[in-house]
Amino acid sequence: MDLKGKNITVHDMCLRDGMHPMRHQITVEQMVAVAKAMDEARVPLIEVTHGDGLGGKSVNYGFPAASDEEYLRAVCSVVEFTKVSALLLPGIGTVDHLKMAVDCGISTIRVATHCTEADVSEQHIGMASQIDGLDTVGFLMMAHMIPAEELVEQLKLMESYGANCVYITDSAGYMLPDDVTDRVKLARQELKPETEIGFHGHHNLAMGIANSLAAVEAGASRIDGSMAGLGAGAGNTPLEVFIAVCERMGVETGVDLFKAMDIAEDLIVPMMEQPIRIDRDALTLGYAGVYSSFLLFAKRSAEKYNLSSRDILVELGRRKTVGGQEDMIEDLALDMAREAGTL
Amino acid sequence: MSKIKCAIIGSGNIGTDLMIKVMRTSKLLEMGALVGIDPESDGLARARKWGIPVTDQGIDGLVAMPEFADISLVFDATSAKAHARHAAVCKEHGKQMIDLTPAAIGPFCVPTVNLDEAVAARAMNVNMVTCGGQATIPLVYAVSRIQEVSYAEIVATVSSKSAGPGTRKNIDEFTRTTAEGIRRVGGAEEGKAIIIINPAEPPLIMRDTIHCLTRQTPDQQAITDSVHEMIAEVQQYVPGYTLKNGPVFDGTRVSIYMEVEGKGDFLPKYAGNLDIMTAAGLRTAEIYAEQILSGSFSPDVSAA
Repeated sequence: MDLKGKNITVHDMCLRDGMHPMRHQITVEQMVAVAKAMDEARVPLIEVTHGDGLGGKSVNYGFPAASDEEYLRAVCSVVEFTKVSALLLPGIGTVDHLKMAVDCGISTIRVATHCTEADVSEQHIGMASQIDGLDTVGFLMMAHMIPAEELVEQLKLMESYGANCVYITDSAGYMLPDDVTDRVKLARQELKPETEIGFHGHHNLAMGIANSLAAVEAGASRIDGSMAGLGAGAGNTPLEVFIAVCERMGVETGVDLFKAMDIAEDLIVPMMEQPIRIDRDALTLGYAGVYSSFLLFAKRSAEKYNLSSRDILVELGRRKTVGGQEDMIEDLALDMAREAGTL
Repeated sequence: MSKIKCAIIGSGNIGTDLMIKVMRTSKLLEMGALVGIDPESDGLARARKWGIPVTDQGIDGLVAMPEFADISLVFDATSAKAHARHAAVCKEHGKQMIDLTPAAIGPFCVPTVNLDEAVAARAMNVNMVTCGGQATIPLVYAVSRIQEVSYAEIVATVSSKSAGPGTRKNIDEFTRTTAEGIRRVGGAEEGKAIIIINPAEPPLIMRDTIHCLTRQTPDQQAITDSVHEMIAEVQQYVPGYTLKNGPVFDGTRVSIYMEVEGKGDFLPKYAGNLDIMTAAGLRTAEIYAEQILSGSFSPDVSAA
């Protein structure tokens, strides 16, 4: 694979996707410390939001340690080089949240929908694209669930609403490099040349790096990852590793590799409540194609109702659940416990 | 027994389902007109076939119809944006408005919770909140009538096929209006609403989760009884309103897991989200019709 001379933007997820394994309990102080270190390491873009995006604060997804506004104001005020993004899932957050985040000083808004439902983002992408200088990104989650042709139709919708960058998001960490190549390649052919393409991976099948490289080769110019992989499931593509690989391959990220390694080792790993690794359940997510943030919810319900979390996750995959359906997990666990005669 | 004549503005899925419900089931209402804006619309074609007066000229077409004078009650099954004008015109002509859009100009109405209040307030325009609101607010109220609910949150999951272009273009209105209804009608101090659209095939039946946080330790027996009673009441007009699990008690959290299967009048059964809306709208209209027929209802034109 020859990627020499390519220039890409890496986007760190520790302070958003990383909120999932942290039960949304990362403190403002921790965020500020991480953001400052990212700034020093010249990470171009970091995401800061509740794990489930703006307005994600809920019983369903978890109450965070601080509000989106508190996080965003604190982080935006300490970074100089690094720019800040926020995530918004229509159906959870609204344009009111978007306006608030812009007021806090974000430079990028990412509007995320399930891969078949791009049209619910018209309101939000449309409005964001009208805001002067706001980098507006469309983000199609669980992109493994539909073939490349259908996915590209949805990406085009987001592009037509005003997104200047669109993402293929492997929320379940299910994709293999060829799946990524097919999708990115077709998107690159079909979208406007000025529309950027991004890839967001999860490491549930240990494909984070390989998939990200496949994406770059096929024409993606933005790659998500997180230092030490802090993210849902087995985490995101471990960013410090990806940066090292990029250096070896002659891909320009602009990030200081050793500083990135230090962030991972000295700041992120000590923060973790449990190791982020491909344990049995995280592997099941990748194998069964299940939304990565279901992991802890399945573990909790399994413990509460004396079930196997793997069984719960496999069943969630079989039922074709989509991102955000965390409420389904306890409901399903109750059904399974009743069937097992243990309720 | 004489019937009250009604008009339905909107000849899409909701308007058509409502029309069929009025024709099939209502003892108090009859169709006076179906109003659309697309002459080719399937709903208008059906109405014509059944001999119902139609117009494809929207609200202006309705006002110009000779049948308009005999119509006492108007349903709006269009969009929040279009509703503002529909509401103003109907008010001017003294027609009772049942608003099925999330416009929320008039007071919210969830039949099992506050229909009597809305009628007693002689509101000329009542709003049916949202489909998610109709499916969940009765249960928020079922908890809050037992003890104080500091926070209530609902998650409505609907099939892709049942989420129409109106909902998709204005998904924020769903979350805002539903959250507002959870507070104002459900009786929770704070409300939050989440909607998820799932494209699985075959389409999934509407699911609703209701989480309430009570201020004090929940009285499990009283809440469970209240929830069961409320479900039975809603089932009178939505027979497929089914408790799947719960109430689950976990500290001060009370969680109720529901499934809403539609009657399948016109819309497919999985679209319980649309059915509960039309069924609630019809239920509300019938109470008004009863009052109008008995001469006891005198709308307050100066109110909403």
